[in-house]
This record gives sequence, C-alpha cells and structure tokens, in this order.
Amino acid sequence: MQVPAPLEYERATSVDHAIALMERLGDEARIVAGGHSLIPMMKLRLANPEYIIDINDLREELGHITITDSEVRIGALATHQELLESKELAAVLPIFADAEKVIADPVVRNRGTLGGSLCQADPSEDLSAVCDALGAQCVIRNSSGERVIEMHDFHQGPYETAVADGEMLTEVRIPRRPNSSSAYHKVERRAGDWAVASAGAAIQLADDGTILDGRVGLCAVGPNLTNVQPISDALRGQVPSEELYARVGEIAAANANPATDTRGTAAYKTHLAKELTIRSLRKAVARAQGQNV
Amino acid sequence: MKINGNDVTLDAEPRTLLVNFIRENAGLTGTHWGCDTSNCGTCVVLIDGKPVKSCTQLAAMAGGHEVTTVEGLATADGLDSVQEGFIQCHGLQCGFCTPGMMLTARALLNKNPDPTEEVIREAISGQICRCTGYATIVRSIQWAASKDRETAVSLEGANA
Repeated sequence: MQVPAPLEYERATSVDHAIALMERLGDEARIVAGGHSLIPMMKLRLANPEYIIDINDLREELGHITITDSEVRIGALATHQELLESKELAAVLPIFADAEKVIADPVVRNRGTLGGSLCQADPSEDLSAVCDALGAQCVIRNSSGERVIEMHDFHQGPYETAVADGEMLTEVRIPRRPNSSSAYHKVERRAGDWAVASAGAAIQLADDGTILDGRVGLCAVGPNLTNVQPISDALRGQVPSEELYARVGEIAAANANPATDTRGTAAYKTHLAKELTIRSLRKAVARAQGQNV
Repeated sequence: MKINGNDVTLDAEPRTLLVNFIRENAGLTGTHWGCDTSNCGTCVVLIDGKPVKSCTQLAAMAGGHEVTTVEGLATADGLDSVQEGFIQCHGLQCGFCTPGMMLTARALLNKNPDPTEEVIREAISGQICRCTGYATIVRSIQWAASKDRETAVSLEGANA
C-alpha cells in the first residue's frame, strides 16, 4: 500500500490565509488543489511536504472562468471538467476544449485544476503549451501583492516554475484578439495516458487574410517548446496554405528533441511533432476564417 | 464527512487516503483498492455527486463533503437501477471494478438521462475492467438509463 509520509493538514479560508500559511511554514509546505499530481508523488515519496495547505474551499476567489470583450480570466482552481464543458470558453478559445477532451480521464478531470497542471510543469503536461500558444499571462500572488508574468516565463523547465516560496498562482489571463482562433491535437496510447506528443496552435489573421501572428506550442517532445519562436517567425505575414503548414511542420520537427521511451521512438515523436503542428495550424486557421471545424 | 447520508466523524492521521479511510476507518469495504496510482478507477466514489478516485485524495480533503460509496446506491425501496442493470446485462464477472463502474454510471445518468454509447464509453474511460471487454458494462448502463426513463414517465403519468 502506498501512503504519503506523515504530514500536517491545513485548510485555507482565503488566498491571503493560504499565502500567510506558506510564509509561516516555508518550503516544507505545499498547496493541494485537485491533488492528482501532488498526491501520487507523495505516495511514491518523490514529494515529502510536511504541511499540506488545502485550497479547495477557495472556489469563490479562484474558481472563475470570466470572459470579457478584451480577455479571458481563468481562476487557478477551475477544473479540467469545467474548462471542457464551458461553451462560452469553447466559443472564444476552442483550443481549451480540444485539449481538455484528451487530458487524463473524465474522473481525474473532475478534480484536476488549471493551476495545478501549470504549477506541476510536467514536460508532458498539455495546458502549458495551450496557455503559451495563446500568449497567456499568469497572475502570481504573495503577501506584498500581485505580479503578472508571461506564460512563456512562467514555465522555467521540467517541474520548475516562476512561483517562489510563499507565492501562489491565482489566475491566468488570456488576451482576446480579433480574427483569431486556436486548436490542439494530441496522440496518446490510451485514455488517460500522457501525450506521446501534442501540438497547439493559435492564429490571428489580418484583414487581408494573411497571418498577423501565429504561435505553436509542443508538448512531450523536449524542454522549452511551449512556444516555438522560429515557427512564429515563419508564419508572420504569410498567406495560409498547405505548403506553409508543411514548411512549419518541418521547423517543429527540427526543434523537437524527444527521447525514445515506452511511448515511442524519438523518430516517431519527431514525426508526430511535425504532423500535429500541421493539423493544429490547419484547424486554427480554418476556425479563424469562420469555418466550423 | 457524510458517507451515504450518515455523519461520520472519526480520527485519522492527516496522511490517510480517502480510500483507506472509507475501508478501514469507516469499515465500508465495498470501495475497492486497486492500482493505487489513479489509473484503474476501482476506488471511485462520489464526492458531492461527482466521481473521484479515492486513492488520490486525502480523507481530510473530503471533510465536510458528501461521499457516496457503492453501499449507498441501494435504498429501502430496493436496488438502484444501475445495480439492476449490471445484474440483468451481466455487467460484471469478477466484480472488482464494479463498485467504481456503477458509481460513475450513476453520476452520468444523473447528469445525462439518455447517453449515447459513445458518451457512456467516454464516461468510464478512466476505469479498467479486465473481464467483460466493456460491452456488457455499456449495455448495463443503457439498461439502467431506459429503466430510469420509464420510471420517470410512469411517475409523470401518476402525477397527471
């Protein structure tokens, strides 16, 4: 039987309370939200926090999905299931529904949260690529206030984020841009497994139909690929076409640096990085053009 | 916490997992303990009506919430329609995955009384059965869905 090491459990009554607890308890304290990344690691004794701070009572402060004309604000406690089922979110940022459909399994999605996924920063985790492709910003709170950083700077490496001791991620803000859309494609071996590889694309078109801005994030094919800058450079100002997607797919493959493991060979994953980039771009552009795909 | 409608207040170490609390502290062994890695889904219980893998929650996290285990499915009026469906359509062989499967099925039908086969298969996709090949589980859930709909229609008729 796997059981976590002995710990003390505290339930936060507000974000300020959670931060005060973390400041007092130091680096031996960990926040638990859905628990579906942290608790398995605690059971394997890969993580041995002395204090667990449960933030699940903070739904009012952290559970929102708010859509305004200029941006989308998602609280760190919004669950995968809520992100999947929100029709309003799917209408403006369809990449979330695409990705959430293939994240974990329905039972896990009932508990797992956006903030938990981003803070776990697993290199095979899907939402970091989604948020980076969308040009999201992360709101991090500490006792002296809030700081807002780009998603691209949030994810600092495998299992490493910009959130310091005594801080917590509270919200993700995503700008809404005209003539834009997004899409996500993932290959997994079976329901609930991590990605063999996946790719997300976000596209904004200019009035003349050319690509004003395009971003692609890759997942599970190497570090620091949540936004592949050479792809954005290659897309800017171009007319969308199959030739362009193929060219950009090659750039994705060239930047991918996957490892051969039980999920597939490096060559197979590199092929997937290319093909899933092409499919995501094709779908994001079609959606930005108003097609219902 | 409430388990199957009953207030349960028991001391447990803060590190106690919900599945172990239910089985060992509360003595309800209908909730099975399987892979211990949140993959197999036999430990699924409902927390506030939603299916959750109880091997991946601390018992303390469920404090103040309503937990439903397989023991809570049947009422004084008899078996839940999902349980009847599993009997009628041979939804189990060894029975190990059955508690979790039935609770997920109950939560699904509460939300969606007329699910397609695809929706049913998606709903149980986080749970593993090594006996049935899933076909009879899907049929059992479909049986329960149509039973629930018939009951709803006859209740409407009775009220008219």
